[in-house]
Amino acid sequence: MNREIVIRTEKLTKKFGDFVAVDEVSFEVYKGEIFGFLGANGAGKTTAMKMLIGISKPSYGNAQIGGFDVYKQTEQIKKNIGYMSQKFSLYEDLTIKENIRLFGGIYGLTDKEIETKSEALINKLNLSNEANKVVSSLPLGWKQKLAFSIAILHEPKIVFLDEPTGGVDPITRRQFWDMIYEAAHNGITIFVTTHYMDEAEYCDRVSIMVDGVITALNSPKGLKEKYKAETMEEVFVMLARSAKRGE
Amino acid sequence: MKAVVLENIVKTYTTKKSIIKAVDDVSFSVEEGEIFGLIGPDGSGKTSIFRILTTLLLADKGNARVLGYDVVKDWKVIRSIIGYMPGRFSLYQDLTVEENLEFFATIFNTTIQENYNLISDIYKQLEPFKTRRAGKLSGGMKQKLALSCALIHKPKILFLDEPTTGVDPVSRKEFWEMLKRLKAQGISIIVSTPYMDEAKLCDRIALMQNGKIMKIDLPQNIVNEFGKNLYAVHSENMFTLLNDLRAYPQTENCFAFGENHHLTMKEDDPNKLNDYLKSTGHNNFTISKIEPGIEDCFMQLMK
Repeated sequence: MNREIVIRTEKLTKKFGDFVAVDEVSFEVYKGEIFGFLGANGAGKTTAMKMLIGISKPSYGNAQIGGFDVYKQTEQIKKNIGYMSQKFSLYEDLTIKENIRLFGGIYGLTDKEIETKSEALINKLNLSNEANKVVSSLPLGWKQKLAFSIAILHEPKIVFLDEPTGGVDPITRRQFWDMIYEAAHNGITIFVTTHYMDEAEYCDRVSIMVDGVITALNSPKGLKEKYKAETMEEVFVMLARSAKRGE
Repeated sequence: MKAVVLENIVKTYTTKKSIIKAVDDVSFSVEEGEIFGLIGPDGSGKTSIFRILTTLLLADKGNARVLGYDVVKDWKVIRSIIGYMPGRFSLYQDLTVEENLEFFATIFNTTIQENYNLISDIYKQLEPFKTRRAGKLSGGMKQKLALSCALIHKPKILFLDEPTTGVDPVSRKEFWEMLKRLKAQGISIIVSTPYMDEAKLCDRIALMQNGKIMKIDLPQNIVNEFGKNLYAVHSENMFTLLNDLRAYPQTENCFAFGENHHLTMKEDDPNKLNDYLKSTGHNNFTISKIEPGIEDCFMQLMK
């Protein structure tokens, strides 16, 4: 099958002094794919992700994100991706509408586009009664659903999600994944990190990083077969236990 | 004596725009030598309960005692016999690993040597980095140092507020193994977590939501009281399967659950479900009856 590649890295490497945080990592991610980027704390996930979203220059190696080069075209990369994490998502002291307006503006949408999209988004999330309330008054689960919707407001090619469901209740966590599925179905590529191993099962393909190297990359089914494991948690523990690096 | 007793504790926070009931008339007690888990998502009231018990926050209403001491009147005694690891990293970032530990030992009129046996397990892994500043440690190492500092005065009760949040599955496993060893040394442990799979590692748990306790019992009793047959359903196309199961008229609840979907039915007839899935064009699907986990129970109680 000839699928469009939206992320391609070749020997992507980041060194801090003698310390090799990300060590010659090569992989590809396809359009519309849900790609799980797993690894133990300190394995190099965050460093790798920073290079992919154009905010950290690699020491050497290559990467193209949506066809743009991570050395020379970082501004184009930022326009073509969305990003959310548990730590940074929305401005707490702005209202829902103001957040949508702010991020819409940053991503270069016109006033008219912002207005239409804003209304559609608020209706879809059933937030019409809360639209003029400050974000800090919303429960965490709602905030995260809203943050995700805003991260894909400008219809990016790829959205990067860094532990988006940490601390969220189990039902909202699943509703969040319904939204991920829908976005992927509409052709947006999802690049997601998580510590919930049941969520790893929802990904089309999963990579596991150990000590700066991707030691496994396959579908959850393929990984479980290869490592003769019942669950992704077992696969993860098997691979991550071999880590030498003291976090 | 009970390690901890709470009676009708209420805590409200008032902001300009709203009043939030963080803890809503909560009562429970913890036995000595027990690992007791407060299980619930962010905003369920776990941290407020910890701060009331560790004498850092006053409740609006109700009473609480720690090893028989009142949290309001006897705060000074309580502070000397408990260890507390807050959810946010609260050690001195610009002191080294060793300096932090020494600092906490000194505050409690003891030395690292005196209680070293209690922390040796954990601290051994940190010793190669003992001259590194705490602020420069990775997440997993910060967590180990914080636990060492909370233990250095040999507390009778340990309060751990979300010690494993954001920690990978391997480090989480190791952390729980450490807790078991501490329990074996007679320390009572009260721990909170948003990870439902950690609930079964506690002796007893309280399932919390919106400042209230939905259920409090042994993990196995909570599972036994699920009261419904639970089925794990799997097929080649899991996304279509989820929508088809949700559209099935007999479906009561259906949630994605790792590699399977978990399903409860109104009319509990797996054969009819089998026919339905065939009629919707699924091939190679399986329906198996399974024992519910704490997360299944939590979601049932949330409804």
